Amino acid sequence: MKPGGLIGGATAVLLSVVVFLVPFAFIVLQAMKGKQEAALLEFSWPQDIQLVQNISEVIKARDYVLIIAFINSTILTIASVTLMVICGSMIAYVLQRRQSRINPLVNGLVLAGLIIPPAVVPTIWVMQALHIFKTMPGLILVELAFGLSFTVLTMRAFIGSIPKELDEAAIIDGAGPIRLFFKVIFPLLRSVIVTIIVVQSVFVFNDFQNPLYFLPGEKNATVQLTLFNFQSQYDTSYNLLFTNILLITIPPLIMYIFFNKRIVAGMTAGAVKG
Amino acid sequence: MATTDEVPRIDLSSEIERSRDRRRTSRRGNGIARSQVDKSYPLWFYIPGGVVYLVLFLVPTALSFYFAFTRWTLFKSSFIGFDNFVTFFQEPSLVGALKNTLIYAFLTSSAKVVLGLLLAVLLTAPIIARGYLRSVVFFPVLVSAVGVGLTFQVLLNPTDGLVNRVLAVFGIDGPGWLVDPDLALYSVAAIDIWKGVGLATLIYIAGIVAIPPEYFEAARVDGAGPWHIFRSIILPLSFPATSTVIILSLIGGLRSFDLIWTTTQGGPGFASDVIASVIYKQYQAGFYGLSTAGNVVLFIVVTAIVYPLSRWLNRREVSL
Repeated sequence: MKPGGLIGGATAVLLSVVVFLVPFAFIVLQAMKGKQEAALLEFSWPQDIQLVQNISEVIKARDYVLIIAFINSTILTIASVTLMVICGSMIAYVLQRRQSRINPLVNGLVLAGLIIPPAVVPTIWVMQALHIFKTMPGLILVELAFGLSFTVLTMRAFIGSIPKELDEAAIIDGAGPIRLFFKVIFPLLRSVIVTIIVVQSVFVFNDFQNPLYFLPGEKNATVQLTLFNFQSQYDTSYNLLFTNILLITIPPLIMYIFFNKRIVAGMTAGAVKG
Repeated sequence: MATTDEVPRIDLSSEIERSRDRRRTSRRGNGIARSQVDKSYPLWFYIPGGVVYLVLFLVPTALSFYFAFTRWTLFKSSFIGFDNFVTFFQEPSLVGALKNTLIYAFLTSSAKVVLGLLLAVLLTAPIIARGYLRSVVFFPVLVSAVGVGLTFQVLLNPTDGLVNRVLAVFGIDGPGWLVDPDLALYSVAAIDIWKGVGLATLIYIAGIVAIPPEYFEAARVDGAGPWHIFRSIILPLSFPATSTVIILSLIGGLRSFDLIWTTTQGGPGFASDVIASVIYKQYQAGFYGLSTAGNVVLFIVVTAIVYPLSRWLNRREVSL
């Protein structure tokens, strides 16, 4: 290794510690402190470590609202991402394989979904008419609608790489469209499905705006909403606030540790064209 | 041969005959007959996702162009022409929000392009701790905007915040990052850059890694220095990455809500309001028509900027 690489690397490591690690270390340190010590907002090692007490206090706060929120967020994430994968792959598959006159229209709609900001109040109006406003199924469908475009785009590119001869062989063997797709094609999409699951579940789990609009109220709050409400309710309990932040950051962290490569693949799709 | 267990009860000989026919046609070039192919890719596969997309995205978008011209209580709407838009463009706080949205989006996306490219060049070079650096730069992307927003609210506290304490050590009197009206928007933009630069970096890394190594070898044989390699190889050949970063971060920046709402809620006063936060505030206040007009303004701003820009970037990409 050249000395330039060593010096550049060392400088970069030092900078990265200051810029990126200190804020995370601060979260962890604050979460370990007692109330009075945390209120000082100092970047220091806690005098006595109260992480466990803090966690139990955060969980017990307001009748276990955080546990309920975790359950809600989990249901929301699993349901909406499952629907994205199934509906998105079906659309991407037909869009990629079939030459049809409506393809340009479908392609245009997919791009529109990426660019256009959702119209909030009209969406609420439609949801009220369908009696799904302020309900979990309603929010699940909203997340599906807003996340579909990215899913279709990513999957279409991948399906293009599956040889068409495979379909032809299955058709010749007498497979109908449903069997062809779910038995032959769908299993081959495994790697892109994992990518979509990881990227979209981080996205849905972290979403703040859509739950705020479409699932307001205490009862069905998601973790991001409880964290936000926590701030106003426990204005001076910085230790509990940061314990809450820490707990909510753990699921995406786990996702990242296990699916590092998949996340990178999903998020950089489109960077290398042609 | 007609009675093996796995074979479904169909007339095998004629089936084989038919498939031979198909193979014959396929050898002639065009694959299986078109109608047969189309039947295997039925259009109703569009329906499950398409219906939800239509009802919860396309219909509301279309409706917004009507409700933006009404006084609206969700139960009753009365047509009032351009009144909402007149209000929008006469109210200084709302015009300010439009201006802030543009500043915020251009600031964050240009910073992400520049910093992302520089970091990517550094992180594709043979330096120590490359894997660690890549992960640490990327991790904030995965933390929720709420978590990041609340954390930085504390870190940027004017008196007790860590940032100003560190500045005080160097004798600098740190400003009220999020409470100074002249500074709040830029502070939130800086937090946004901190959170999002990892994604830009990652996209650039993918773009740079995809450049064929022959280019670098040829350049080195010709005696090109690092600056020359960057200027003449990395910069032009990572152009697809640049256009992806620009488009993604512009869309994100123009629509940005979560981070602004969890740090300043548009304040102090209206100093860091953007269109998305105005939409929420008007919605909360019950001005549904005005809120929807804000949505239409945002729609126009986003498409008027992103659509021509992406066309232009695509054309440049093709011509490279």
